[in-house]
Amino acid sequence: MTDSKLRVRAVAKTYPGQDAPLQVLQDIHLDIRPGEFLSIVGSSGCGKSTLLRLIVGLENDYQGEILLDGQRITGTGLERGIVFQEHRLFPWLTVAQNVGLALENATLSEADKQRTIAEHLDLVGLRGFESAYPYQLSGGMSQRVAIARGLVNRPEVLLLDEPFGALDALTRATLQDELRRIWQAEGITMILVTHDVEEAVYLSDRVVVLEPRPGRIKRIVEVDLPQPRQRTDAAFVAIKDDVLSDFGQLPRPSLLPTSWPARSAADYLFAL
Amino acid sequence: MSTFTKQFQWLRARDLRGLALPAGLLALWWLVSHFQLANQHVLAPPQQVVQEGLSQISGGFGWDVLASLGRDLAGFFLGGSAGFLLGSLLGVSRLAEKLIGPSFNAVKQIALFAWIPLLSVWFGMGEPAKIIFIAMAAFYPVTINTFEGIRSVSRDYAEVARVYAFSRWQLWRRVIIPAASPQIFTGLHLALIYSWLATIGAEYFLKSGHGVGNTMIDGREHFNMGSVLFGLVVVGCIGATLNQLAVRFERRALVWRKPN
Repeated sequence: MTDSKLRVRAVAKTYPGQDAPLQVLQDIHLDIRPGEFLSIVGSSGCGKSTLLRLIVGLENDYQGEILLDGQRITGTGLERGIVFQEHRLFPWLTVAQNVGLALENATLSEADKQRTIAEHLDLVGLRGFESAYPYQLSGGMSQRVAIARGLVNRPEVLLLDEPFGALDALTRATLQDELRRIWQAEGITMILVTHDVEEAVYLSDRVVVLEPRPGRIKRIVEVDLPQPRQRTDAAFVAIKDDVLSDFGQLPRPSLLPTSWPARSAADYLFAL
Repeated sequence: MSTFTKQFQWLRARDLRGLALPAGLLALWWLVSHFQLANQHVLAPPQQVVQEGLSQISGGFGWDVLASLGRDLAGFFLGGSAGFLLGSLLGVSRLAEKLIGPSFNAVKQIALFAWIPLLSVWFGMGEPAKIIFIAMAAFYPVTINTFEGIRSVSRDYAEVARVYAFSRWQLWRRVIIPAASPQIFTGLHLALIYSWLATIGAEYFLKSGHGVGNTMIDGREHFNMGSVLFGLVVVGCIGATLNQLAVRFERRALVWRKPN
């Protein structure tokens, strides 16, 4: 494939372990087409998040080659954006400032920055929340801000590391539709890491199945269904079941964070 | 709503239960002196304290207050800045922590007032010794809290900064300092309280010059209980005001924090 945007060539990654080195990725080959939506699924510990961290450039010590437009990736760069599982918004900045943070090193005038921040908040449906602080937002809204922050630089590739993993099922479904709409509108190449096979099949052109210890590509499934897709459609279910069969068992949903009552127990002792 | 309830709305908005205890004590003090239950020379009656206060204020007491506040703030800024610099250095550099940390923790164990003999020999009884003493009181809490605040900044934030190609200066200015700011403010707040305590202590032990502490010592030496008690009230009021200012400043600077 000559027109591929991102090429992953014979990539392997080893972490120094306690007794023996731990190989987390082995012989990964991938060609990602421009504007493609690619998902990477696999059970916990198959190295799918590590692969994303290599592509975004947060880890530089690996074997093989990762090329973007023919250039070897070294370190992070504004042409690659990422949305983490935890929103990682800065609590001391407002929504607009958090999005603007991504433009800190962009070569834009201040007016252009403000305009593009407003456009991207519009895109994720958060107009009117510009001056809210992260603590005032729900989990879904926070993740929308994180998506806007990831997109505001207009990166060539947007990486998504289980972005909806900690959200409730309804919010997740809404955000999946939002993400599909944004992907279609912006034409940005997206790579989504997820443990949710339905999410992967719902959104992707291709689904890469990884198997663990060490992380290898088991197979790549083409999802040749028109967008938007129906989750109950027979062809959709058939592809989903096909991918799920690779796991032998259903992937475990991640534990949702629980929140405790805001008041401390000591308050009840002296509640006069 | 009637004008009456409107007028007293601010009363309801504030929680005044905290005033019950001081009001009760004041009443008790008045009762004790009114019925002459205690020696008037040991416990001056409230009206004598008020009279003494008024005569002191007309006799230039304001200059004593200004002298105390001036050296308090000078010491606070000196010690606070030094603490911020050392805390930052220890926070960002593991090497600095290894080299300086153990000595800092050992020196910290020396009670503050144990430095006074040394300071008075080196710097005399005047202003430099007092300001250095106050600066030391402010120095420790700011150093410790700045250090711990910087160390507890999550790596996750630093990764976001790397993704957006931040320089070291941007990482410091835009991520580390704001993330550590709640704890840095805690340190500064403690420093403000400690430096006021140290101001009175310095005036007490390094007697030359003017200050609220000096007027109280003079009062004791002349067995003027009214003067001593008046000084006590002023010291308490200034301390409480400084504390309130710090609380308000902190609340304004940290609006982004989730209210409890």
